[in-house]
Amino acid sequence: MTTTETTVACTECEAPVRIEADALAGEILACGSCGAELELVQLTPARLQLAPEVEEDWGE
Amino acid sequence: MKVGILQSRIRIEEKLIVRELESRGVELVPIPVEREVFRLGGAADGGRDWAALDVVLERCVSHSRALSALRMLETLGVPCVNAWKVGEVCGDKLATNLALVAAGVPVPAARVAFTPESALAAIEELGYPAVIKPAVGSWGRLLARVNDRDAAEAVLEHKATLGTYHHSIFYVQEHVEKGGRDLRVFVVGDEAICAIERRSDHWITNTARGAVASKRELDDELVAISLAAARAVGGGIVAIDLFETPAGYLVNEVNYTMEFRNSIEPTGVDIPAKIVDFVLAVGEGRELSALPAPPRAAAGVPS
Repeated sequence: MTTTETTVACTECEAPVRIEADALAGEILACGSCGAELELVQLTPARLQLAPEVEEDWGE
Repeated sequence: MKVGILQSRIRIEEKLIVRELESRGVELVPIPVEREVFRLGGAADGGRDWAALDVVLERCVSHSRALSALRMLETLGVPCVNAWKVGEVCGDKLATNLALVAAGVPVPAARVAFTPESALAAIEELGYPAVIKPAVGSWGRLLARVNDRDAAEAVLEHKATLGTYHHSIFYVQEHVEKGGRDLRVFVVGDEAICAIERRSDHWITNTARGAVASKRELDDELVAISLAAARAVGGGIVAIDLFETPAGYLVNEVNYTMEFRNSIEPTGVDIPAKIVDFVLAVGEGRELSALPAPPRAAAGVPS
């Protein structure tokens, strides 16, 4: 979990993406500008990458 | 207490569970399954000291990774919720059906065939419409309701030609007229904690496909069949999906890494708290119920 809210540039369009203070590594965030789905792969420092496509065996 | 969380994507469910665990003052140990290297010899092999974990809660979005990780962790002596065996049964519709039938739990009629020709014969035996499902899959994906022979032949040919070998294990189920809804009962240990109805204009009534959840009152019959289904697959924390028919309830599927974001508000039940209660009890080695408990000892892979 991060301690304070921060922003990181979208990997697709470089628009700022807000990372909430209670974010967890592995969360999926949507870029408010281009709509890309991004995975928060690291908290400190916050790092985003394009989220992987849903795989065949994913589910509940 | 040290609680490991086997995780990949962090959904709303995982955040709610983490918050609940943090409120109980336990030490959380995230296990990101996609970045972890599992050393099969454990600590003696220079890997993590898995034995230091009191319990691991499995919350992976990937069935295959969850299943392999659970198998390794249990073999290394870590109690897991849910147990590997539960994942193995619930993650495969064929295995689920066999377990439910063996336990006398009512299910929709189903057939399995291994070629398009025999699958077509199975469909025609069940009658149209029929439903073709992948044995492994979730969120209502790759389901096909076939209304006639033309559609059946097309779907079967596509599966055999374009799919991996898994798609040539043709799992065919009777189409159950369910009145635009199905039911989901959440079972934790030996308690049916709440239930929802999932309604949709589409014949697929998964909330992942847009169905809307509302509270369903539990009745004695619904509780009994749900607990029987939970026991049949090995117990733990499971979501039982059912159809309500004039002849009674039928268990369609059992989910072992259940999503519940849309079910807390309508039911008023704190599902994350119930999950955490169970996980901590397993971690403390407490006997919660008559249901089979996850193995604690490093006694090899459960059979």
